[in-house]
Amino acid sequence: MQKITRDILVEKAVSLLENGTVCCVLGWKKGEFDYDVTPALFESKEEIEKDFVYDDFCGANFSKYLVKKTIKAEGKILVFLKPCDTYSFNQLLTEHRFDREKVYAIGIPCEGMADINKIRAIAGDGISEIKCGEKIVVDTIYGDKHEIDAKDVLLERCINCKSKKHVNYDELLGDEGEVIESNRFDEVARLEAMTPDERFAFWQNELSRCIRCNACRDVCPACTCEKCVFDNPKSGVENKAPANEFEEKMFHIIRAFHVAGRCTDCGECSRVCPQHIPLHLLNRKFIKDIDSFYGEYQAGAEVGSRAPLVNYTTNDLEPSEVFEGRGE
Amino acid sequence: MQVKEYKPLIVAFCCNWCSYAGADLAGNNRLNYPADVKIIRVPCSCRVNPMFVLRAFQRGADGVILCGCHPGDCHYTSGNYYTRRRMALLFSMLDYLCIERERTRVEWVSAAEGAKFAATMNDFAEKVAALGENKRLEDLRCKK
Repeated sequence: MQKITRDILVEKAVSLLENGTVCCVLGWKKGEFDYDVTPALFESKEEIEKDFVYDDFCGANFSKYLVKKTIKAEGKILVFLKPCDTYSFNQLLTEHRFDREKVYAIGIPCEGMADINKIRAIAGDGISEIKCGEKIVVDTIYGDKHEIDAKDVLLERCINCKSKKHVNYDELLGDEGEVIESNRFDEVARLEAMTPDERFAFWQNELSRCIRCNACRDVCPACTCEKCVFDNPKSGVENKAPANEFEEKMFHIIRAFHVAGRCTDCGECSRVCPQHIPLHLLNRKFIKDIDSFYGEYQAGAEVGSRAPLVNYTTNDLEPSEVFEGRGE
Repeated sequence: MQVKEYKPLIVAFCCNWCSYAGADLAGNNRLNYPADVKIIRVPCSCRVNPMFVLRAFQRGADGVILCGCHPGDCHYTSGNYYTRRRMALLFSMLDYLCIERERTRVEWVSAAEGAKFAATMNDFAEKVAALGENKRLEDLRCKK
């Protein structure tokens, strides 16, 4: 359950919209079902009061939307940022992807978002209504009613939440949190400890499910190139391969590599994947390696920091030394 | 039926300013290195995009080696420092996805090191040959 309610956010958005501070509001809009909340741009008080929602399904990170929206907007855009979103926000500012002057950022606390797939696993198919409160109450079309503790159905990224601290905002609603010592690299370490064949089988199983829908790329706040290497129809790697699986592996290695050092570990890629591939494990592998090879680095922790892959020292680790010192 | 002898296909990305000249020197000195090494000349080792490496594997290479100037000697001042970081991360990731780590290598070879070039290629070709054919990465569509 979220500590901050929809009503507080709506009141805030409407008052800022009416006094002219902002010209539009980037927020979460009710979807067809209670659980498919989508990002939307609200331009009037009526729209906000009708459709604005804030509950356990508002996982969407708005930072990336600012890149395109700030170009068109005539005034400021009001954006609500959860703690993990502020890291992506900072990272995009570092890369000069949008104009900070055109954004009015409100930091809001987050208690972790719910994973609809975990709810489905408990409640089964045919979910007709979900109410988020003390407990998540799920009704199905078959007349079943389930009460689920929100802690049991958190998104993976929220179980291993890295920070409840907002690193950038104009105004903060609620209390400021702290950076958390998370166990987010445990799963990567578990994979690293597997035998090569087990690990190959694991990734073969995961990545061969990829349907190349590009949702992970489209949602990623670090993937903001105007032209993407995977959009080139002549590249021969822009689509699902009919033959075997290496093309999916290549896509995911390159996707993760292109955001290495800039990935804030917001976990959006895994959240949106329709095939439930744990893509964050690839990103976290790079983060873990960067931390161990080049010193601890959290992308987006401060504006203007230099990402590890656009930086170097003269005595960096040699590629041949990568596997030394692991006891192998 | 005649069984074809297995020979590894190796792609070597060589920096124009050092390793490519190093390969020339190896040739001038009549040093032997395997003919299965296909050299691709690049303006700097940091021109090599991780996608080049993966595409080489996809199209049937059994091993990929990058040769560049020694750190500190880059023609463009700092290119090979970036290569070093990128490839360290890429190779670690390939190992994570379980591509044999002996199939990839970065070696610093200057224009004066013809002997090192030949020795490196001999050694690399031997290690890759020991691993055998690259089954995990190749793409059936690219098979001839």
